[in-house]
This record gives sequence, C-alpha cells and structure tokens, in this order.
Amino acid sequence: MQRIGVFVCWCGSNIAATVDVDRVVEAVKTDPNVVHAENYQYMCSEAGQKLIRDAITEHQLTGIVVCSCSPRMHEQTFRKTAEAAGLNQYMVEIANIREQCSWIHKDKDEGTEKAIILARAAIAKVCLNAPLQPGQSKVVKRALIIGGGIAGIQSAIDIADAGYKVDIVERTPTIGGKMAQLDKTFPTLDCASCIVTPKMVECAQHPNITIYAYSEVEEVKGFVGNFNVKIRKKARYVDETKCTGCAVCTEKCPSRKGRNEFNCGLDTRGAVYIPFAQAIPNVATIDATNCLHFKTGKCGICAKNCSANAIDFEQKDEIFEEQYGAIVVATGYQISDVTKFDEYQYTKHPDVVTSLELERLMNAAGPSKGVLVKPSDGKHPHDIVFIQCVGSRDISGRGKCYCSKICCMYTAKHAMLIREKYPDVNVHVFYIDVRTPGKNFDEFYRRAVEQYNVDYIKGMVGKVYENEKGGLTVQAVDLISNERVMLDTDMVVLAAAIEPSDGVKHIASMLTASIDTNNFLTEAHPKLRPVESPTAGVFLSGVCQGPKDIPETVSQAGAAAVKVVGLLAKDYLVTNPCTAHTDETMCNGCSSCERVCPYGAISYIDKEVMDKGVREVRRIAQVNGALCQGCGACTVACPSGAMDLKGFSNKQIMAEVDAICK
Amino acid sequence: MQEITGLMVKRAKELLEAGEVQRVIGWTTGDFCYDVTPAVFTKAEDLEEGKFVYNSFCGSNLSKYLIQTLRNDINAVNTAKAMAARKGENPDDIPGPGKTLVFLKPCDTYSFNQLLTEHRIDKSLVYVIGVACRGMADIEKIKLMGASGITKVIDAGDKLEVKTIYGDKSFDKKDVLLEKCACCKGKEHKYADEVIDPEPLPEGEGKGPMDRMAGVTMLEEMTAEERYAFWNDQLSRCIKCYACRNACPACTCMKCVFDNPRSGVDSKANVTEFEEKMYHIIRAFHVAGRCTDCGECSRVCPQGIPLHLLNRKFIKDINEFYGDYQAGEAEGQRAPLVNFDAENDVEPSIVNEKGGN
Ligand SMILES: Cc1cc2nc3c(=O)[nH]c(=O)nc-3n(C[C@H](O)[C@H](O)[C@H](O)COP(=O)(O)OP(=O)(O)OC[C@H]3O[C@@H](n4cnc5c(N)ncnc54)[C@H](O)[C@@H]3O)c2cc1C
Ligand code: SF4
Ligand code: SF4
Ligand code: SF4
Repeated sequence: MQRIGVFVCWCGSNIAATVDVDRVVEAVKTDPNVVHAENYQYMCSEAGQKLIRDAITEHQLTGIVVCSCSPRMHEQTFRKTAEAAGLNQYMVEIANIREQCSWIHKDKDEGTEKAIILARAAIAKVCLNAPLQPGQSKVVKRALIIGGGIAGIQSAIDIADAGYKVDIVERTPTIGGKMAQLDKTFPTLDCASCIVTPKMVECAQHPNITIYAYSEVEEVKGFVGNFNVKIRKKARYVDETKCTGCAVCTEKCPSRKGRNEFNCGLDTRGAVYIPFAQAIPNVATIDATNCLHFKTGKCGICAKNCSANAIDFEQKDEIFEEQYGAIVVATGYQISDVTKFDEYQYTKHPDVVTSLELERLMNAAGPSKGVLVKPSDGKHPHDIVFIQCVGSRDISGRGKCYCSKICCMYTAKHAMLIREKYPDVNVHVFYIDVRTPGKNFDEFYRRAVEQYNVDYIKGMVGKVYENEKGGLTVQAVDLISNERVMLDTDMVVLAAAIEPSDGVKHIASMLTASIDTNNFLTEAHPKLRPVESPTAGVFLSGVCQGPKDIPETVSQAGAAAVKVVGLLAKDYLVTNPCTAHTDETMCNGCSSCERVCPYGAISYIDKEVMDKGVREVRRIAQVNGALCQGCGACTVACPSGAMDLKGFSNKQIMAEVDAICK
Repeated sequence: MQEITGLMVKRAKELLEAGEVQRVIGWTTGDFCYDVTPAVFTKAEDLEEGKFVYNSFCGSNLSKYLIQTLRNDINAVNTAKAMAARKGENPDDIPGPGKTLVFLKPCDTYSFNQLLTEHRIDKSLVYVIGVACRGMADIEKIKLMGASGITKVIDAGDKLEVKTIYGDKSFDKKDVLLEKCACCKGKEHKYADEVIDPEPLPEGEGKGPMDRMAGVTMLEEMTAEERYAFWNDQLSRCIKCYACRNACPACTCMKCVFDNPRSGVDSKANVTEFEEKMYHIIRAFHVAGRCTDCGECSRVCPQGIPLHLLNRKFIKDINEFYGDYQAGEAEGQRAPLVNFDAENDVEPSIVNEKGGN
C-alpha cells in the first residue's frame, strides 16, 4: 500500500473561486491510498512548500499529488520540495485544476467535480510511480551560430569573449548580412559599414571564433550539450588559405553577367567576385554558373592573373563534422516577393525599386557611387514617392499578415536623407499609419515631417503606371481629405515586407525547433524565454525570430549569448530519466517505433534472448537514453506493448484513464 | 488448375533435388477435398500431385507460415552448432538452414512485403514462386447454394463441377468466390523470384467484380445507433477462438497482448458485453495501416463475422486523410500512421503551411 499525500492549492481565488477546495480534500481522503490531504492558499509559496515538506516527514508519505496549476508552471518547484524532504522527485504528480479546470468552468459544482476526478487520476498514477534517478551528460564547450548577419556576429563575439569557442556558418561568401548592405542607419544616421565592418573584423581576428563562410549546415544530430553537426563547405574554386583578396581576378574576369547580389541585382559582377571591399573573409569566390571555364573548359584568365596561385577549378564541396554544446539560429530575413503587387509596376519599370535597392543606390560603395539616380536613365530624380506596407499587414492574401516593424523607420530615414542631400527633390510617403515606438524614434519621424518637410499622405496607393512623359503616375486616395490623389513622380520606392530567409524551414526541421505560420522561429515562451527555442540547446538571435531593427537585434543577440554561456559553463547536464525502453522478450524488431521517433533515438541490435526456455537471436529495439526526449510516440506505435516509457508507463496511463472513467 | 499444379510440383521437385531449397511451403488436402491446409514438404517424393494441391480452395495465405518455419530452422541450426561446440567439434561445419520455397498468390505477396518491411522474415532465406490465381472459392457459399455431401470438386475453367452423394452440381465460379477474391486487388505479384502463370492475363485485368469499399460505405451511411447495433450483433457471436489473429499476417507479435497477462487485456472470459468487442477493436487498431486487406481474418472466422469491414474502414480513412496507401505494395514502405518525417511532419513542433510558405 502506498502512503499518498494530496495538497490542494487555492491559487488565491484563481482556483478557489470555481472549485470547492474543501470538498476536493474530503473526496480524495476516501481513497484507500491517501493518508493525508489538505488545502492552502498558495502551495507554491514558502509556507505552502513547508506544509508539504512537514507532511512528507510526519506521515511518511511515499508519494504526493499537488492539485494546482499546469505542471509546466510548478512541477519543478514541487519536485524540489519533495527532494528537500527526502522524497524522490519523481514521486510527485500534479493535477492541473487551474488551466484545465477552474479557468474554463463557471459553475462551481461542475468545477469541483472535475477537480476531484483529475485528483483521482493523479492519485491512481502516483501509486504506480517509481523513484527515478536522472543521469548526466557531458557538455561540449563550443557553440555553433547559423547565419553571420549582425545577429550572428554579435552573439559570436559575446560568447567568444566569455571564453568559449564559437563557429559561424554563413551561407554567402561573406559575413555581415543585410546590415552590410545598408547606407546610414536610424535613429542616429551613422554609416552602417562604419559600425558593422569593425565587428566583422573582430570576428575574423578573435582567437575563439572560426568563420565558415560559403558553408551550410547539412545535418544535425544529438541533443543539448552534445549536438553533432555536419557542415558543407561549398566549393569556392579559390583556395582560401592562399587568396590575398587583391581582387585582380575580379577585374580581369571577362564574364560580366553575374547578378550582383550585394547590390540587389542593380548591376552585374564578374564570375569571380568578392561581394564588397570589406568582405570577411576577404577572398574571391567563383560562381560556376557564370564562369566561362566551367561552361567551355577554356578561359582561366583569373588563374593566369592570380599571383598567389589561389584559383583551384578542381575544388570540391567539403563536408566535415563538429560537436557543439549549443546552437544559435541567426538566419535573418529576406525581402519578400513584391512581384505579387504588380499594380506598383515593380517588374515593369526600372524606376520602381525596393527600399533595400534604394539603400544600395544611396550607398557610396553602391552601383551609382552614392549619387541618387534613376536606374532607368541614370538621371537625377526630382520627385520620389514612397509606398509603405507593401505586403505587410496584408489582408488581400497576397502578402504577410504581420507588420514588418522596421519600414516606418527606414522610410523616414530615406526621406530625410534624400531631403538633406538633395533639397530640390520632393518626397511623398503613403502610409497606413506611422508606427515609431522606441527610444528617439518618434522624434526621428517628426523631424522628417517638421524639419525636412516630407509630404506624408495617409492612404494606400491603388496603382502606379507609366505616363506619357515616360515618368510615373501614382494614383491613390488621401484618407484624411478623402480625395483622390494623382501624382506625377520620377521614382517609386516600395517598403516591402520582410520575411524569414529561404531555407529556414529546413534548418528548423533539422533542429526540431519550431516555426510559426509565417516561418519565423518560435520562442519557448514569448515573454519569459524570448531567446530560447522550445528545443533545449537551440537559441534564437535576430530577425529569424521576428521583425526587428539593429538595436533590438543586437540586444537579442547578446541575450542569446548569455543563455549559451550559461549552458556552456556547465560541465554536465542532468538528463531526463523519463525515457523509453523495450522489453526484450516482447519486442518484434518490427521498426514501428524507429519510424515514428522524431529524435532518431531508436536503433536495433541482434541479441540473444531467452524466452520460454528457448534461446534465440532476435532483432531488438534499443533506445538511446540521451537522445530520447520522452515524447512517448514509440510506446503507442508498438503493437506488442514492448516499448514503455519511464514515468508515463502504459500501466500508469491506463490507471489514470480508469480513474477518470470510474 | 491441373496444368499449373503440375508445373508447380515440377519446379518444387527440381529445386529440392538441386538442393537450392531445403523445404517447400504449399498446400495439402485435409479430410475433405475442400478443406485444404498449408503444409511443409521436405522430400521430393512427398510432392506428388494429390498430396500437394493447388486448387480453388487454396485461399490460405502462406506468407505468415514463413515466420515460424524460418525461426524453427534457424534455432535448429543454432542448437546443432552449440552441441557441436560442446563436443569440441567445429560449429562452422554445421550447414546453415538453407532456403525455403514458398508459393504465393498475388494477394499473398502484399503480406510478404509487409513482413519484410517489419523485419519479420529474412528474404535471403526464402525463394518465392508467385503462382497465378483466378479467385478462390468459398465453400460456405457453395453449401448455401444447395450442395451437401460433397465428395469432389473439379475446376473447369469458369465453372466448378461439384460431385455430391446426391448427384452432380455445377456452379459459376464468380458466384461462389471468397469475399476477398470478389474484391481482388489485382493479379500482379508484388514480390517473386519467379512466377508460374501458364495463361497470363492482360495487364491490369483480373481485379475483383465487387467494390471493395461498398461495405464500409454502407456502414458509414448508418446512424451511430444502427452501426452500434450492427457491430453488437456481429461481434457478440465471437467465440474468441483467435483464428483471425492466428491467420493474420499482420498479427505477428512475439507475444500478443491478448496472451500477455501484463497487458491488462489478455484472454479471459467476457465479463461484460463490452469485453466481447474489446478484442476486435484493439486488434483492428493494432493492424491499422499494416493490414494489407488479404482477407484471411474474415475467411477463417468460423462465426462468419465480417472482420474485413473493420480493417477496410481504417484503410479508407487512411487513404482519405493521407493519400492512397496500400500496405505491402513494396518492401520498406513507410506507412502514414507510423512515419515521422522530419521535413514535413507537423509533430512535434514544426508548424507547416497554413498561411506560411
Ligand atoms: C531597407 C532596410 C533598411 C534598414 N535600415 C535599418 C536602419 O537604418 N537601422 C536599423 O536598426 N535597422 C535597419 N534595418 C533592419 C536591419 O537590416 C536588421 O535589423 C538586421 O540586418 C538584422 O540582422 P540579422 O543578423 O538578424 O539578419 P540578416 O542581416 O539577414 O543576417 C542573416 C545572415 O544569415 C545568413 N543565412 C541565412 N540563412 C542561412 C542558412 N540557412 N545558413 C547559413 N547562413 C544563413 C544570411 O546570408 C545572412 O548573412 C533595415 C532593413 C531594411 C530592409
Ligand atoms: S519516447 Fe519519443 S523520443 Fe523517446 S524513443 Fe520513443 S519516440 Fe523516440
Ligand atoms: S515497435 Fe515495439 S515491437 Fe516493434 S521494434 Fe519497437 S519495441 Fe519492438
Ligand atoms: S487484418 Fe485480416 S485482412 Fe488484414 S492482414 Fe490481417 S488477416 Fe489480412
């Protein structure tokens, strides 16, 4: 016979208002296994916990049931309480009578009846609990950062400064991300390059940081503290160790048709290229699709001109494996597809550009050397229209339902910078509303309106078309005067929605991290654990988690780094003892369990078993306790019932069901 | 039928005599000409026509017999090796179990593949001869149609000539097909080392004349009360003889939950009305997604319970929810119900589509 104690919490009035806690206590006392039951205002408080500890000692309890809030909230708390009183922490069960009972019921009788049933189920289960001992696993003291934008860079530097090794895997030839493409940055209008390139250099020079640029994560196995990652270093056809970054090859290359990604395709580059002068690592990359050598087998001009002898057409992708204790996802964002909004003529007229393209047009290192010109004819524009929320806050189904958050600010920035540099240019901004919360942000926007006379018009643009003069006409409605607006202009800039980078879904799948319906990675708790993913050991940094500007990105990157450091500082992690295991005499070796395990925890061995006096070799499932997350998928897939889960055995679950159905 | 039986016997003898196979799983006659049963032959001389049969009553699916046959043989070899070692002899001198020849009808090959997928048999120890089948007869139907005191049944093309002590009768074969054959999935063998088919049908032909899901649709159209009454009536006839489980090639657990006192559902006298049904409900869930619809369960049920309807309901639902899936179509399939697919699965936490992209 077990000696069970039941502790019913009022949670102030949260529970007590809809559940008659006295009646619950009386009801559970009738269970022959229950030797003690009581209720209290706040069980989780120190006084409440003391009640529990005292009762454990006084009544020599072998198990306890706490009827309170969700186990996600306080299971840990009460487990510690039990341990403190000398009771194994796995002899604790929580009956959730708050979220699953008092909060959803109005009628007190109904709520009370349900609370009693939930308590009985928990009692039935705890009677079958067995003391479990958590194991230990070693922590690999190295972190992996996926994505080398400002988010990844900042997280890397912070982790490295704390004394741990960090590897950055960046899929493009250089780190820096979008920030390296920007011109000036709000709210202080300092030059983006001037603040991001020193950080890139810091990464390159930091003894604890290794950069794998032009590389991708191929496969992730393992678990928190012990991830095993395969990384593919894509062939650059340039030996990184020899290339000095002199860029002679990039000038000599006769193939000039490559899309210059760094300049958003506003101009072209050679087949061998360095994205920009401050690229890190500063080495050339050959893009095989445009390279004449790969097309015709001839050319090789780059190789002939390279004094370092770095060109290597024979180079192959290289895959290597590395162990990590923690992984930070910092894959950032991309500009969403604006071709779905072709009423703005983006695909038809070169003078309709996205804001990121405008950043390049205004950047001193950009295709027009920082002189603002119309892409169509290279002439100076006299009038510019900005359209906000292109694809953001969309209800038409073509775009994104969310607010991209940064566009109001960067549009104000663009407007102001243009008015500052070219006072002759008229600037109009069409907006739904202007959202500029943040330190010094609203002041910034007001400066654009008040000091720089930017013409802000509330209203969405219906369409843009080419007029007889070859310019553009913008047709819109001014929602304040309620009048139709027809504006002739020279350029239209679309503040396009931002979306998570391509391939993030694949990354999320490999990490079994979750993403939301918009492909942003989700955090473990939106308020309390904003930089952790729900998967242990995986952290989030930057726009991959949600739209944000640089200040927010950098703060989040630092926060993620702290979490990583906190993890890497430990030598061992406690492992969850609630893992699956097979009964060898019952296992068929059928592979059903292995096919459903999301964590790849199950493998097979041929093993000699003794069953009913017969010794035979059988194929038997084996669970790797370190990989098993205790999800229980295998136990329900197993036809013979050979697979069972410690702490949630088939018997325990059936006992709960029986108790509920009684 | 006679022609094909002759060819089967000839091939089996050849393979046995050449030592290519050590034993043959086929069919033999029972007390009556129509109660044909599975049998293992180890000597060429036992394989005479008359003893080895292949006729319209060879409905039984031999694939499942491989499990125990192979197990016994492997265990025997291992025991012999252990004995040899104990006697100081070289255990490697003991010969291996060799191959087993099995004759499989097209529908039986689905079960064979399913068993391979579930690692229940080792195909390197098996030689499969696919045999042509034009549908098997249901003796109960023949009896219901008025034949009693049957002494002999002769296959004559589309007809069955039935000799009885009261005189001769003739039946159209299509009128007396087993339920599973009336709904035949097709005449193609999904696995075979060789096929014996003297008169092959044109491709795609040979499917059963009946709609496989007609019975399920009928059940779906009932009200919940009607359906409950239907199953109550059907399943209350179950005598828990476990014939369905024993014949089922999907029921191959080392220790079946109904034989396991620790499972909590093991065999005991029914205490409540519900317990009569519990066995079938649990079994239906256990074979869901793994059942190839071979029809053995219904065929062997002495109480004539239409168990295939339970399984087909699952098959229909799986097809509707996850796209068409035929268990046993090929070896190594990942059945929709037991497949975690890291790239596309919603579980445990990846949210897909639904507005994202
Ligand atoms: C037009 C425009 C103007 C802006 N102006 C300002 C401004 O003035 N001030 C401000 O504060 N913010 C501004 N922003 C916002 C700013 O760009 C972002 O906040 C910041 O760049 C986010 O950094 P990140 O590292 O999260 O993402 P990113 O910069 O996108 O970096 C992500 C990196 O990860 C890499 N990556 C992606 N997927 C993978 C993968 N699968 N494997 C490996 N690597 C991968 C990418 O190649 C990239 O290098 C502006 C944004 C836009 C669009
Ligand atoms: S409990 Fe879940 S994680 Fe553990 S072995 Fe089973 S399926 Fe895999
Ligand atoms: S599902 Fe069950 S029987 Fe099949 S391999 Fe896994 S533990 Fe063994
Ligand atoms: S459940 Fe019936 S039809 Fe399905 S595989 Fe088993 S015996 Fe065949």
